[in-house]
Amino acid sequence: MDEDARGSTLAESGLQGADQSVASFEEEAVTLIKRLQHFLHEFPTAVPFIVLIIGILIFSFTAGGKFFAPFNLSLVLQQVTIIGILGIAQTLVILTAGIDLSVGAIMVLSSIIMGRLAVVWGWPPEIAFLLGFVAGIACGFINGVLVAVIKLPPFIVTLGTWSIFGSMVIYVSHSETIRAQDIDQMAPILHWTGNRIIFGHGALITYGSILMIVIAIACWYILNRTAFGRHVYATGDDPEAARLTGINTGATLVGVYTLAGFICAIAAWVLIGRIGAASPLGNQTANLDAITAVVIGGTSLFGGRGSLVGTLVGALIVGVFRNGLALSGVEVLWQEFAVGILIIIAVTIDQWIRKISV
Amino acid sequence: MSRFTFTKLAVAGAVALGVMAASPAWAADIVGLITKTEGNPFFVKMREGAQAKAKELGLDLRTFAGKYDGDNDSQVAAIENLIAAGAKGFAIVPSDSTAIVPTIKKARDAGLLVIDLDTPTDPIDAVDATFATDNFKAGQLIGEWAKGTLGDKAKDAKIAFLDLATNQPTVDYLRDQGFMQGFGIDIKDPKHYGDETDPRICGHEMTGGAEDGGRTAMETLLQKCPDVNIMYTINEPAAAGGYQALKAAGKDDGSVLVVSIDGGCPGVKNVKAGVIGATSQQYPLKMAAMAMEAIAKFTKTGEKPKPTEGKDFTDTGAQLVTDKPVNGVPSISTEEGLKLCWG
Repeated sequence: MDEDARGSTLAESGLQGADQSVASFEEEAVTLIKRLQHFLHEFPTAVPFIVLIIGILIFSFTAGGKFFAPFNLSLVLQQVTIIGILGIAQTLVILTAGIDLSVGAIMVLSSIIMGRLAVVWGWPPEIAFLLGFVAGIACGFINGVLVAVIKLPPFIVTLGTWSIFGSMVIYVSHSETIRAQDIDQMAPILHWTGNRIIFGHGALITYGSILMIVIAIACWYILNRTAFGRHVYATGDDPEAARLTGINTGATLVGVYTLAGFICAIAAWVLIGRIGAASPLGNQTANLDAITAVVIGGTSLFGGRGSLVGTLVGALIVGVFRNGLALSGVEVLWQEFAVGILIIIAVTIDQWIRKISV
Repeated sequence: MSRFTFTKLAVAGAVALGVMAASPAWAADIVGLITKTEGNPFFVKMREGAQAKAKELGLDLRTFAGKYDGDNDSQVAAIENLIAAGAKGFAIVPSDSTAIVPTIKKARDAGLLVIDLDTPTDPIDAVDATFATDNFKAGQLIGEWAKGTLGDKAKDAKIAFLDLATNQPTVDYLRDQGFMQGFGIDIKDPKHYGDETDPRICGHEMTGGAEDGGRTAMETLLQKCPDVNIMYTINEPAAAGGYQALKAAGKDDGSVLVVSIDGGCPGVKNVKAGVIGATSQQYPLKMAAMAMEAIAKFTKTGEKPKPTEGKDFTDTGAQLVTDKPVNGVPSISTEEGLKLCWG
C-alpha cells in the first residue's frame, strides 16, 4: 500500500459506523421487463434480430431439417436480395421523413431499358446497361426536385411518379418480355448478378446478394461518416432546425432521392440476374414490400431514426417467415397474414421501447 | 372550398371530359373493349385485334384496362362510362369473374350486348356470350402430353404446380384441373385445386403469372420435393421464371418436363429452345375480332351469338405446340406455332 492510500484510510477512520449509503430515491425493484425495455431503448436494432432468431427457432421445429439446410438458408438470402436493396433505398428516403412509393416502378423501368436496348435495339450491352442506370438516377432526381424544390409531400409525389414510371414501363417495353436466352447471347453483362459463389453443402451466395451487402456498407458509411449523412438525419429529425444550422436541406433531399433512384437501378440489375428475363410483369408490390422491410427493421416513419442493418434484418425476417411457413406446409394466405402481424408487432415494440425506461 | 370555386372546378372538369370524349365527326356506333391490364402482351394483342376489326366495320371503339390483374374497380368504372356514352355493346376480360357480374347486369338491362372474352364470368350466363379458349381443354392437352411423354414413369411422377393466385380465379382452376384430368389425377372438386390426395402432387405455389413469382414459387417447391420431374405452369412467364430456379438447382438437363399454356411468341420460342416441353396455344386476336363482329351484327339485326355445340361458350380453339409430339394427342410444330403466336 502506498503513502496516499494509507493517508486516506487514516482520514476515513473517523467515519466508521456512519451510514455508508448515498442519498437516493425510493425505487421498487427493477423488473426483468423493465431491464429489457431499457436495453432495447439503448439498442433498438436488437429488436429485429430477436424477432429473426425467434422465427428461426420456431421453423427449426416446424419445418425440421429442411429449413436449416445450408442450401435453404442461402435460398432465403437470394429471395430477399431485391427487396433488401430496394429497402436500403427506401430507408434513406424514410430517414428524411419522406417515403418513396415509386421504387418498384423505377426498378422495373430500369431493367426494361437495360434489356430492351441491348436485345431489341441491338445497342452495345454496356451502353444499354449504363442507360438503365441513367434512367434510375433521372427518376430519383425527378422525385427529389418535386419534393424539395416544388415542396410537395413525398407521399403524393411518389404516388404520382409510381403511375408515371409504371406507364413508361409499358410504353418502353411494348408489354413484351425480353427472354433470358436472348439476354444470355447479346448482353451477358446483365446476368452477371446471377453468378454464384458456392461454399459446398449446398450453401451459396449470388453476386446480387454480395452487391446488397456492399450497398449497405457504402450507405452506412455515407450516413455515419460523412457530412451529407449527418445532414440526412438532421433534415429528417427537424428540417427547420437543420435549415437554421446552415444545412442546405433542399440539396440534401434531392441528393437522397437521386441516390435512391441509383440504388433502384442496381436492384434492376440484380432482378435481371435473378429472373433471367427483362419483364414488364410482376414486382407489383415491390414498393410496399420494401416499406415492410424498413418498418419491421425498426426505422421510424417519422424520420431521423433508424438503421440500414435493421432494414436488411427486416427483409430477412419477411423472407424467413414466408419460406419457413411454406416449408411447414402453411398456405400462402397465412404467410401474408403472418407478415401483417409482424408489421403490427414491430411498430408496437418500437412505440413501447421509446417510453421512458429505467 | 367555396361554392364559387367548386362551380369553376366542375365546369373545368366537364370541359376537360368533353374534350377527351370528343366523338368523331360521323356518329359511329360506340363499342367497348375492357381488358385486365395494359402490361400483358396477351391483352395488347387483343386490343390490336379489336381495333383493326372495329376500323374495318366502322365502329367507334373505346378501350379500357385495369391497373393490375384483379383490379375490379377500374372495370366497373369502364362499364359505367360505356353505358353513359350510349355504347351498343362491349367485350370484357373480367379481372374478377364474380365481382363484375352485378355491373354487367346493369349494362345488359340498359340494352348493351356484353361479350365476355378469355376468362368466363361466374356464372357463365351473366353475359350474352363468352368467346374463350377452353381453358380446361388447354390444360387437358398438356396433361395428356406429359402423361404420354413419361409413359410408364407417369405413375411415380412428382409434379410441381405453379398456379396463379390464392383466390383461384376461373382461368387458374380450369387450367390446373384440366392438366390433372389429362394426366390422370382424381380432381375431386373441379372448381378448386388443392383438395386432391394424389401422392404425385408436390404442392401448389402462386406466381402471379410473372417471372419473379415463378422463380420464387419453384424454389419453394424444389425444397419440398427435390425429385420433381414435371413442372406445370399457369402461363409462359411463370414457366420462364420457374426454369431459372431449375437451372440454379442444376435441373435444366431435361430431367424436369415443363408444360405451360398461352402460346405467346416468347413462350413458343422457349418450346423451340427446349425450355418448355409443350404449351397450349390460344388466339386472343381472333377472340377480340369475333367479338367486334358479333356486336356489329347485333346492332344491325338484334341477333346474339350462339355458343359452340355442346358447350356453354364459343370455343375459339387451342392447339398444342410441341416439337416432341405424342401419339393420340393432336399438336402442331413450333414452326407453325411461331406463325400463329402473339406478343
